[in-house]
Amino acid sequence: MQDDNLFAGLSRRGVSRRDFMKFCTAMAATLALPSSFVSQIAEALEKKQKPYLVWLEYQDCAGDTEALLRANKPTVAEIVLDILSVDYHETIMAAAGKQAEKSLMDVVKNHKGKYFVVVEGSIPLKDGGVYCCVGGKAAIDIAKEVCGNALATIAVGTCAAYGGLPAANPNPTGAVGVKEAVGGTVVNLPGCPVNVENITATIVHYLTFGSLPTLDGLGRPYFGFGKRIHDNCERRAHFDAGQFVRKWGDEGHRLGWCLYEMGCKGPAAYQNCPTMKYNEKTSWPVQAGHGCIGCATPNFWDTMTPFYKRLPKVPGFGVETTADKIGLGIAAAAAAGVAAHAIASSTKKKESEEK
Amino acid sequence: MLKRVYVWEFPVRLTHWINVLGIASLSITGYYIGNPFVHAVSTDQYIMGWMRFIHFVAAYLFAVSFLIRIYWSLAGNKYASWRVFNPFSAGKFKELKEITKFYLFMKKEPPTGVGHTACATYVYLGLFILFIVEILTGFALYSQSHVGFLWKLMGGWMLSLFSAQTLRLYHHLIMWLIIAFSIAHVYIGWLLDRAERSGIMSSIFSGYKTVEEE
Ligand code: HEM
Ligand code: SF4
Repeated sequence: MQDDNLFAGLSRRGVSRRDFMKFCTAMAATLALPSSFVSQIAEALEKKQKPYLVWLEYQDCAGDTEALLRANKPTVAEIVLDILSVDYHETIMAAAGKQAEKSLMDVVKNHKGKYFVVVEGSIPLKDGGVYCCVGGKAAIDIAKEVCGNALATIAVGTCAAYGGLPAANPNPTGAVGVKEAVGGTVVNLPGCPVNVENITATIVHYLTFGSLPTLDGLGRPYFGFGKRIHDNCERRAHFDAGQFVRKWGDEGHRLGWCLYEMGCKGPAAYQNCPTMKYNEKTSWPVQAGHGCIGCATPNFWDTMTPFYKRLPKVPGFGVETTADKIGLGIAAAAAAGVAAHAIASSTKKKESEEK
Repeated sequence: MLKRVYVWEFPVRLTHWINVLGIASLSITGYYIGNPFVHAVSTDQYIMGWMRFIHFVAAYLFAVSFLIRIYWSLAGNKYASWRVFNPFSAGKFKELKEITKFYLFMKKEPPTGVGHTACATYVYLGLFILFIVEILTGFALYSQSHVGFLWKLMGGWMLSLFSAQTLRLYHHLIMWLIIAFSIAHVYIGWLLDRAERSGIMSSIFSGYKTVEEE
């Protein structure tokens, strides 16, 4: 039913006008638009054709697919799946084998320049890309063809955006993000997993304004990644006051104090988690009592670790040797050197006086 | 004949003492930011808030003081000039050997000279580099909460080269190097004060040293 407009399809499935308007309002809020845009969004979704969309999955854990399918309020899930006419999705499509690959190539051929590609997972480049093949073709070759002919590529999850876990040191497969692998117009929606609302909002933005949202230097839309976690965190008052969790399950942890000393990376991480949360606004890591691990940051597996310590380990030293231990050692060595010199010089002085 | 020489001009002394106050307050508040050793008993308190506020005010002072000192290395007298810190200037190595001999008790008298010793110029050059890195990494971290072109320029650009956590680590480690320097610095001032009898310790207050006329 590709020619359907979105709302017609939804009402056939029993989604009420009210639910639809609620959805449009939520989208306006996600995109940081004033409420006057709600009607514009509704109009666009009612009038515009559903965009074609294919979903490619490479070196990943299917966590982003899981996140998509976990949209648990039935109406929103329907809206999400209905906005996107998902024509190919390795994990959830019914078709298999040659037939499935053909449906992908059909979209590429018949809707050249008019479809979205969502890519989940990183693309390995080492040894000609042999470490990830689908239907006998290397991921990089498929991605080049499918992304190259698309209207735009949306890289969901940190692996697709920046290489993520497969690209973590020592990166055995030479994994990179989609933008680096194939170039072109790529919207990065990192996160581990991606927040589905950000995917939907990106597409709603396109349908409403005919353009992709404004991106930052890392290719991420400002609406989802323009603000720092730490500046919007519900525990921030405890940070400023000086109330910190020091041990899992201690008094402060039970009282919901700041997780900074437990290694929270909120001060260095950017995403709309504190306001959007996950799983239909149920919760997000910090609300659940776990520090932020900066999962939407490029190379987070290398740079945000150790997750439960504030500072990274000092290069060349063991994990348990903290910056403070080393620093204190250096300062103590200076003090000891000074003391030794002072003692030596006073004995020398005495010697010469005695002579 | 003994003679009083005006060695450390006012801007040199001023920036020196701003550095002392700055480093002391930045180290205490910085250490707290890295490892909040005192906990608030009530959410109405603002301990981390004040620590960060003091850190940032002192940081601006420290950065401005550093810029003044750079300017004075162009405008000031020969003891303040950047030329003094040129590591390759003629006779430097010989002087360095002399002063090292004194520190290792191989010589009883330190080499004569009015300004910095050769050893000090090398160490200060290293220290200036540490200051620059500390200021850049500091403003890079600062730019995460203070969004704007100015802070991007003053250090925020570092974030596109290094991860924020790496910058934090080096910002933190350099504090200890500066503390280690300070310990040695005060001791050597005292040591040379006794050996040279030129009034080094009082010179950083008054600007004058007393030296033998040639
Ligand atoms: C002698 C100079 C300085 C010393 C010794 C010093 C020391 C420190 C230390 C130890 C930390 C904690 C790092 C950590 O473990 O996370 C810190 C944090 C910080 N410093 Fe400095 N610092 C100095 C200068 C500066 C300057 C010039 C700036 C520029 C604005 C600056 C800005 C910051 C910022 C923004 C933070 C992080 C605060 C936060 O995230 O809440 N510092 N400093
Ligand atoms: S829990 Fe993390 S993000 Fe929240 S205030 Fe504390 S350090 Fe910042």
